[in-house]
This record gives sequence, C-alpha cells and structure tokens, in this order.
Amino acid sequence: MPNFLYIFRGAGMNKQSPQEMQQQMQKWGAWIQQLQKDGHFKAGEPLETGGKVVQGKRKAVTDGPYAEAKDLVGGFLLIEARNLDEAAELSRGCPGLDVDGSVEVRPIAILNM
Amino acid sequence: MMAALTRILGLHNLALAEDVVQDVLCRALRAWRYAGPPRDASAWLVTAARNRAIDLIRRERTRRQFAPDLELRSEYALAPTVSAMFEQGEIEDDLLRMMFSVCAPNLSEPAQLALVLKLLCGFGTSEIAAALLSSEAAVEKLVARGKETLARAGALYEVAGRSQIEKRLEAVQHALYLLFSEGYHGSGEPVQEELCAEAMRLCGSLARHPVCSTPRTLALLALMCFHAARLSGRAAEDGSLLLLEQQDRSRWDRALIQRGFDLLDRSASGDQISEYHLEAAIASKHCAAPSVAQTDWAGIVELYDLLIRLRPSPVVALNRAIAVGEARGAEAGLEALDAVAKDPKLRASPFLPAARARLLLRAGRSEEAARSFAQAANRARNPAEAALFASLRGEKRN
Repeated sequence: MPNFLYIFRGAGMNKQSPQEMQQQMQKWGAWIQQLQKDGHFKAGEPLETGGKVVQGKRKAVTDGPYAEAKDLVGGFLLIEARNLDEAAELSRGCPGLDVDGSVEVRPIAILNM
Repeated sequence: MMAALTRILGLHNLALAEDVVQDVLCRALRAWRYAGPPRDASAWLVTAARNRAIDLIRRERTRRQFAPDLELRSEYALAPTVSAMFEQGEIEDDLLRMMFSVCAPNLSEPAQLALVLKLLCGFGTSEIAAALLSSEAAVEKLVARGKETLARAGALYEVAGRSQIEKRLEAVQHALYLLFSEGYHGSGEPVQEELCAEAMRLCGSLARHPVCSTPRTLALLALMCFHAARLSGRAAEDGSLLLLEQQDRSRWDRALIQRGFDLLDRSASGDQISEYHLEAAIASKHCAAPSVAQTDWAGIVELYDLLIRLRPSPVVALNRAIAVGEARGAEAGLEALDAVAKDPKLRASPFLPAARARLLLRAGRSEEAARSFAQAANRARNPAEAALFASLRGEKRN
C-alpha cells in the first residue's frame, strides 16, 4: 500500500489552558491508537516549536524556524492508505483540525531510476 | 496498578511490570519518610507508576516490544495512552483482563490461584505458600512456569461479548470460589480472612462489569457475602473454632447479609440455576435463621438435593446428610451418612467421622460416638480442628 505524509500546521497548542491541552493530547493519543488498530499508522512525532535552520551552499546555521504560528509545522505522521483519497479522508480525524490547524496530505514519491 | 502496567508493557514483560511496582513503592517509602504520606496516597502512587512506565518505554522502545496492540513508539501516543490506562475505569478493566488471562485452560488450578495471588493481590511468595499450604520453592516454580505460559499468550485476554467469554468466565468464577473456600475453610490456618477479602474484591469487580455480571457471578458474590458475614463468629476469641450452634449470631455482619440477599435477588434473573445459586441459597437460610433449631432444615435438604443433581460430590452429600439429621432426626441422618461413607474421596476427611459422632451422640449411642470422635481427631488438618474435635469429645463426658 502507498504511504503518505501528514504535515500538521498551526494546531495552536499555546493558546490553550492546561486542561484543554491535556484533553487535546488525549484526543491525539486516541486518534493514533485508532490509526494503529486499523493498520494505517507507520510513524510520526510532534515537534518542538524552536530549532535550527541550516541553509544555502555555505550551510549557514540560524535559529528558527520563525514562521507565522499558523504556518509552523507542529508535527508529522507517516501513514499507509489505499490512495490519496483515503489518506485525505483519514486525515479528517486529526484533532488539530478542531483548533484551527491544517493537515497537508502528501503521497510519498516513488523514485524510479 | 500491576494490571494496568501489564496491559501497557505486555504480558511478556511481567517481570518488568513487577520492577516498576517495586520501584514506585521504594520511592514512596523514601519520599514519605519525613513528610508522611500525601493526602491522596493512591493518586500519588498511580502518578508515580505512570511516570515510571513512560520513562521506561521511552528508554526501551527501540529495543523491546511492549503491548502488541498499542502504539507507544510515537510521542503523540505514548503519554496520553499510558495516562488513559491509569484511569480508574481502565484499571478495573485491566484487572479483569488480567484475571481472565490467568485463568487459562492450559494452567492448572493451583497455578491459577498462585498467579491470582501474585499478580492481582500482590502477595509475596511466602504468603502464597502459606495460603495454598505449599512450600515456597513449589510456589516459585508454579509462578515462574505460569508466567512463561502467560508470556507465550502475548496479549491480555480481551473481555468481549458475553457468549465469547462464557467458558473463561466460568473458570474465573471457579478460581475465585476456590480462593474464597481456601480462606474460609482451608486446610492451613482455620480462617484466613485476607484470602476471603481478596476473593470478594475481585468478584466485586466482576459483578460491576456489564458483561461479567452474569446471574452466576452475582450468585457467587452473594454466597461469599453470606459466608463472610459469619466469619467473625466462626472463631472464639482465643482462635478456636466454634460450631454453628455455639456461634454468637449477634456477631454476624448484618450489612453483609443484607448485601447477600440483594445480590441473590438480582441473580435470580435468567433461566439458569447454578451451583453458586444453590450454595448461596443454602447459606442464606443459615443467615436468616435466629438459631440452629429455628433453621429451615427441610428447605436446606431440598436445596442440597438439587445441588447433588447438578454437581454430584461426596462433600455435598456429606453436608446433605448433616442437614437430613437436623430435619428428620439423627437416625435418618446416620442412614444418609452411611450412604456416602464409602466414597474414597472422604477417606481422609475429618468431617465425616465428626458428623457421624455428633449424630451418634444425639441418637444416644455414646460409645460408637467416642470412637468416631477419636477418628476425626486423628484426621484433623490443623491444631484448631484437632482442638475442636477434642472439646466435642469432652462435652460428651459431662
């Protein structure tokens, strides 16, 4: 079965109270367990907001990324689905969508050489 | 706690789960030594166990496989999933899964009981050996082999629909029944209240579960309530055993008896009558009676008749004979007793000659009675029983 990457953006964790955050985390946990049970889950992790960016031929290292909150990548998931439509359909269960986040669904490219 | 940890770490990691429990308890002792235990000590322990489990999985997840049906590698799932498993309702469900896993058909009854005590009641090896009247080495072997068998099963037993679990539920009920009996009139200590309490706690969990609270389960719990209600009256203050007619019935636990009757009422749904229903009904008649003389013995004999038809057993037949003796007179009782006396299973039982002796005494055949009492004393399994039979002999001489 083909693989797909979910890229999560702007799930707005920092605007929430600790209780809301906890509830949100429970929803993520439950969603991942469901994907695992149905045989879709392969891998995936949430990301810290800060980090480093390495860029250019000179391989310059800067602190970052300083994207707008809504554009910041908050995490990723690698899943297995029959096709892009199913992958998109499955992504609608993402708890981030309920707090104004977005999921970008991208097929993993098969490179034929 | 053990059940929740096993659910998360997987049955094949039982030793790891035990390590976590051990570690949490050690931490608690250290942390509480000066400030004393926190107000909600059990919440403290649950939080500590959860955090230890999360740490452990983070450290080991690339090397080890944990519960095969849970996704714990991803940080998205780890903490929320482990936390959810420590929620009250989930802990209870895990306890049941563990109970069902342990009562597997490929484990012998003693192994099941040892594992229940070890994994669900937190008993140490020496405590289990004392409870099951076995040596520590034998218990260790039993538990180690049992754990291997469990580990091969991989995942915990899933307590799904009622029809799927029916057979296994019967095994669980039977194990709890044996555990309770071992506490109530086991061969070791005359009364081990702790075993009875643990059996009742686990049976209570069954009775609260929507799928497991079958009429049989409710009847079993009712039976335990009726017996447990009389526990405090069974032994005198010096620890010696008392006969039914010597017991101070005001010491019986009225609240527990009431609970037994409520459960027995609830168990009367459905079209099946089980041995637990009948035994509970017999016990209820004793609990309802103000004295031995005012007990509904005729009703008890009828219940024993039904029980023998359902589960023929020489022990039941022996008890029936005693009831016949009360209902229809000593000679009738002796006749019923003679009918079961030849059963090889009763050859070593101290209760057969003891019952015989008491009936002979009532029939005025005191010499034969003395011989039977002597035989009973020879067969006594613990000092309290021996003392009881000796005192009965003495009574006769007065």
